[in-house]
Amino acid sequence: MIEGILIGLKTALSFQNLMMVMIGCFAGTIIGMLPGLGPMTAIALMIPITYGFEPATGLILMAGVYYGAVFGGSTSSILINAPGVPGTVATSFDGYPMAQQGKAGKALAIAAYSSFAGGTISAIFLLIAAPSLSKVSLSFRSPDYFGLMILGLTAVAAFSSKGNFLKAMMMCVLGLMLASVGQDTLSDIPRFTFNTMNLSDGISFVLVVMATFAMSEALTIIIKGNDPSKAAKQISLTDLGSIKVSKEETKQMAATIPRSSILGFIIGVLPGAGATIASFLAYGMERNFVNSEEKEKFGKGSVQGLSAPETANNAACSGSFVPLLTLGIPGSGTTAVMLGALLGFGIQPGPRLYETNPDIFWSVIMSMYIGMVVLLILNLPLIPYIARILAVPRTFLIPMILFFSVTGIYLMSFNNFDIFLMIGIAVVATILRLYDFPMPPLILAFVLGGLMEENLRRSLLISDGSWSFLWSRPLTLCIMIAILIIVGWQIYNSFFKKKL
Amino acid sequence: MKINSVKIISLLFFILSAFYLYTAHQIQVFTFDEGAPFNAKTFPIYLGYAGMFFSGLKIVLPDNKPIEVDPTYLEFRKTILLVLTMIVYGATILKVGFFLSTSLFLVLSYYFLGERRWKYIIIFSFPFVAVFMYLLHGVLAVYLRDPLLKYIGIMG
Repeated sequence: MIEGILIGLKTALSFQNLMMVMIGCFAGTIIGMLPGLGPMTAIALMIPITYGFEPATGLILMAGVYYGAVFGGSTSSILINAPGVPGTVATSFDGYPMAQQGKAGKALAIAAYSSFAGGTISAIFLLIAAPSLSKVSLSFRSPDYFGLMILGLTAVAAFSSKGNFLKAMMMCVLGLMLASVGQDTLSDIPRFTFNTMNLSDGISFVLVVMATFAMSEALTIIIKGNDPSKAAKQISLTDLGSIKVSKEETKQMAATIPRSSILGFIIGVLPGAGATIASFLAYGMERNFVNSEEKEKFGKGSVQGLSAPETANNAACSGSFVPLLTLGIPGSGTTAVMLGALLGFGIQPGPRLYETNPDIFWSVIMSMYIGMVVLLILNLPLIPYIARILAVPRTFLIPMILFFSVTGIYLMSFNNFDIFLMIGIAVVATILRLYDFPMPPLILAFVLGGLMEENLRRSLLISDGSWSFLWSRPLTLCIMIAILIIVGWQIYNSFFKKKL
Repeated sequence: MKINSVKIISLLFFILSAFYLYTAHQIQVFTFDEGAPFNAKTFPIYLGYAGMFFSGLKIVLPDNKPIEVDPTYLEFRKTILLVLTMIVYGATILKVGFFLSTSLFLVLSYYFLGERRWKYIIIFSFPFVAVFMYLLHGVLAVYLRDPLLKYIGIMG
């Protein structure tokens, strides 16, 4: 392994590859900041460029773009509550309220430190445990995945906000319903398309996330314009605050980062799970770890509530490379794009990759760590400038958010229908927001909808239609018990504490 | 049971779920798939029942913390104007082109939201969109459809 690390370091630290990491991180941050343009778009844009380089250099560039875009996505989540990627949705739960309290600089600094720490720890994990960890993910079966997804949804519904469990569950179902629109993945049978060609491919993630977050947030700010409490919130947005993190906050982060890194990395290793589930689970887990006083702060600008998903999503990014590099199975949509690029180079990822192409295998792993360092050096000094976006008056900021949202969809489809659909969903989401229906469960459900159906299909087919798969494997049983505990806790709250 | 806005929204969601469930039952599956443990309509049927279950509970169970929004605080006029501007923007972006429709959308939105500093309104509309288009189209090579600029000969 030492020999491999040295090969990786030699390749990653060459002048050209070092430049590629820097360019990738910078370009990724800028692209990731634009709502609607996430790592997948960023990497897809880079593919034609990478074909001009050696495979290792091309992959290093793409890895840099990946990390940069994830960090950029966090920045837009914190500053304008518009997560460009599902993995940064949980970041906005506490990042955006913190920015609204005039601590945008601090929120971005916490995100940068957490991302760095999460990425660094998981890069070390990846270095040491890549081959053996792939075996863990291989032991997961469809019932486990199905259970894990239900657990993720239930946890988010339970933790989204106090007393909103039923509303959150309704939002979960709505998200799953939206995800079911379009052709069935296995049989190609159209569902809920109402004979419209525009719906045959389903509703895109970017459209739903733009409508329910960016657009509806902008419309909510406008519609609540006369609310005195909201007016005060807007004035405080212009106070950017310091990027200094206090000793107390550092202490809080020091407790959060290790556990969120481990969770994020393990979740990232599971094919299909990725940064989204990792960040939501880390958020939920962290809420359970903190004391009741800190728990009250969750959703209102908690340091740990921000640090946990940020650490976990970056750790999951590294983790998602494990199945890609060792099994040839992409762990996320983004690594699926990278798999396509690798195949384009004529490289077949799999267990033999680090025997046949050790330079690629190890240089990608080493460049991840270098990418983390570059991101911190590049982004931290720029935080005060990035945070100035908040100083833009509402009369300019709101139309800009709407413009980026519409443009994001326009660039994807060149279709009026998608724009109208987005406006329609945004109007409904704005009404729902007014009555405290939480949006994050809807987004998570929408992202997981297809995977959930696929895993339920496999599980039911294997068990010949019997639901016994939910308790026949010890791992699935453990997950189901965790779900029952969460639901039981909510029922207890509703009957004994009257909070439902 | 006291009727409030959340109960009405839950009732609408219940009706939506019932309609979804009805539509799920109408999905045509292959003949050989009819009796299979899982086919294209299995998951949507479960979802329809789940939607009815949760919204039904929300309707029936007492609401201990009812949320009522004071309409006097709401800016309906500005919001409706902004939504209508977006609809017009969405309808014209393909025909008129990205540059003109986006610039006009931004000008109108700034104005409707109360901005009257014309210097900034102009700077953050036409030149801003031009720079944005250059970055996307010229630098990142992202295709932007603009029949108007193409007709004038500015865009290839």
